[in-house]
Amino acid sequence: MQVASMHFKERAHVKLNDVVLQTNLGKIKGKFVAKRLSGISELDDFEATRESARAIRQRALDNLDVWLEMFERNASARGATVLYAQNPAEINTLVLEIAARHAVRKIIKSKSMVSEESALDHAIEAAGLTVVETDLGEYILQINDYEPPSHIVGPALHKSREEVAELFHVKHGTPKKSGVEELCLEARSVLREHYLTADMGISGGNFFVAETGSVVLVTNEGNATLTTTLPKVHIAISGIEKIVPTLEDVATLMRLLPRSATGQSISNYVDLLTGTKGPGEFHGVDHMYFIVVDSGRTDVLGSDVSEALRCIRCGACMNHCPVYQNVGGHSYGWVYPGPIGSILTPMYVGLENALDLPHASTLCNQCGVVCPVKIPLPDLQRKLREREFEEDLRPWHERMGLKLWGWVAARPRLYAWTSRMGVRFLHGRADANGMIHRLPFGKGWTEGRDMPAPAGRTFRDLYAQRQRQAGATIQ
Amino acid sequence: MRVGFFVTCLVDLMRPSVGFAALALLEAAGAEVVVPPGQTCCGQPAYNSGDRADAITLATKLVAEFEDCDYLVAPSGSCSGMIRTHYADLFAADAVMRERVKVLAARTYELTDFLVNVLKVEHVPGTYAGKITYHDCCAGLREMGVKTQPRALLAFMPGVQLAEMAECETCCGFGGMFSIKFGEISTRLADNKCQHVTNAGVDAVVLGDLGCMLNIEGRMRRRGDLSTKVLHIAEVLAGVTADSKV
Repeated sequence: MQVASMHFKERAHVKLNDVVLQTNLGKIKGKFVAKRLSGISELDDFEATRESARAIRQRALDNLDVWLEMFERNASARGATVLYAQNPAEINTLVLEIAARHAVRKIIKSKSMVSEESALDHAIEAAGLTVVETDLGEYILQINDYEPPSHIVGPALHKSREEVAELFHVKHGTPKKSGVEELCLEARSVLREHYLTADMGISGGNFFVAETGSVVLVTNEGNATLTTTLPKVHIAISGIEKIVPTLEDVATLMRLLPRSATGQSISNYVDLLTGTKGPGEFHGVDHMYFIVVDSGRTDVLGSDVSEALRCIRCGACMNHCPVYQNVGGHSYGWVYPGPIGSILTPMYVGLENALDLPHASTLCNQCGVVCPVKIPLPDLQRKLREREFEEDLRPWHERMGLKLWGWVAARPRLYAWTSRMGVRFLHGRADANGMIHRLPFGKGWTEGRDMPAPAGRTFRDLYAQRQRQAGATIQ
Repeated sequence: MRVGFFVTCLVDLMRPSVGFAALALLEAAGAEVVVPPGQTCCGQPAYNSGDRADAITLATKLVAEFEDCDYLVAPSGSCSGMIRTHYADLFAADAVMRERVKVLAARTYELTDFLVNVLKVEHVPGTYAGKITYHDCCAGLREMGVKTQPRALLAFMPGVQLAEMAECETCCGFGGMFSIKFGEISTRLADNKCQHVTNAGVDAVVLGDLGCMLNIEGRMRRRGDLSTKVLHIAEVLAGVTADSKV
């Protein structure tokens, strides 16, 4: 996917002023926030389950090489082929090689955010093959000239029913529908044909299970089940960090993943796919491949933001982020939006290409408290802010301003004098209601807000005066 | 009991009445309050901007100023949260400072938390008549566990009618430097907050952090609402509202 994360502020400006989008974003609170709350309230001890989930994911990361080898061994023993992609380009190369090997002409895909990292669909089409997205959200985006996803769970969350109805009417050349059910039926009838004629299916992977060599797919539409079983060839693509040691681990994580994502106790479908069709077996594919993707992940693993790799892609952090709720996913400019994207995007596409993202948060920590695997998202954002500061990636005036302020604040007498002058000056700029309408160095503030003026004298000056007067009275 | 009062840089500069209100509350509850005169800032602006070196300098200074007190109390969840939950990270590589920070962090309190859980106050000096709503500031709520304390204290005031607004736990959009770097987004978040306050039909929104106060009041006035008051919890509890400043 094309990287646009360097333009966060400009994109957010457009999105904040997009009236239709703002209405559509309003759905998040009812659809995700309220449902998650009711979902987790079913658990006897959410916090204890959350701590277990954190420990499971951390154990996987602490010995990732061991679990990866075990996964490869067990998957291979069941007839699957495990391949590794170092970078996005290698994902595409591997997919096209596999397609060529099996004389594939049409590919169906269920949702894979990792394949968005490499713009796989474009590579497939460039090679002259057909690719059809079967996740409803991804399908909507594909037929809308590959509009980028705006959310990792609901890629087309930013679109209204009316917009989808219009799109289907134009692209399918069918009479315009209005109901959600009618629209789903129309998509189903279009997609059904593709399921039956595709030569290969590509899925993502919510978890790769080391002890069995399986992939776990967590979905609601049933499209992943069809995508991974009807064609003769199946490729599951996911990151190296998606390994979990055991099926028991999956059971614990599954108590939290659907609940954190959509509030469901369990998703409509959970596919656990292991190996190819054995002799005499009716179900299963003839050829199964895993593409296990690094693409920046080992760098994250060795960094001070490695906890971000615990992520199980539930989307709760973005659903609960006040910034995301207002600017939407497209503002972030790459595959992963919201708080987790503010860590992963700089790490995967380069900090210099995403300078705003670690700062695009009030550090309110709503994301941190809802994360089912306890990723301390604000702390990680702060780590990246430190890196930007250390690597001279912040504007010079910001750096100088901080240094000057820090220098003064460490010298109480100078600070007292400076602040005395400052509050006196600002106090004089207030209107009759005590408001300042324009600040010399605070345009970002005063464009949309007044600044309540300082009282004119600092607390410390007033307190010192009070103490002197009290002393005088006693004497 | 010797309570070190950390006024915080924003209260010091912007709204000293909040500091005096907090002092009055602590003294009314029988605490011996000292105000270390050299105090400036806890270092949070530097810490959150990635300027670790300056954050360490200011944190070291603050620890030295307050460590001989039995408690450190601040009229802010954000600044007390910085000390209690983030100072340890600043000194991860300094065993001596880490130990000093650990001791101070355990004694560091947000004002309402201190009044309720340490001083166990059962009455407050102020009087207030009117309908208010309470905004839960992020750091107070999610770092310091401040949720029931201010409400418990307000319940001691017979004239106060508390009407909870929608999304009282959602960030107002201040976020320190965020409010200037991303002014447009920050303003939108503040605007949402103001709308919830307005919808609650109250005379005042009360909260516990000065940054959020400036943000909400600034947006409220720009929206043309000149009547809804934006008050610090200390001002309400002490009966010292900042009309002294006008």
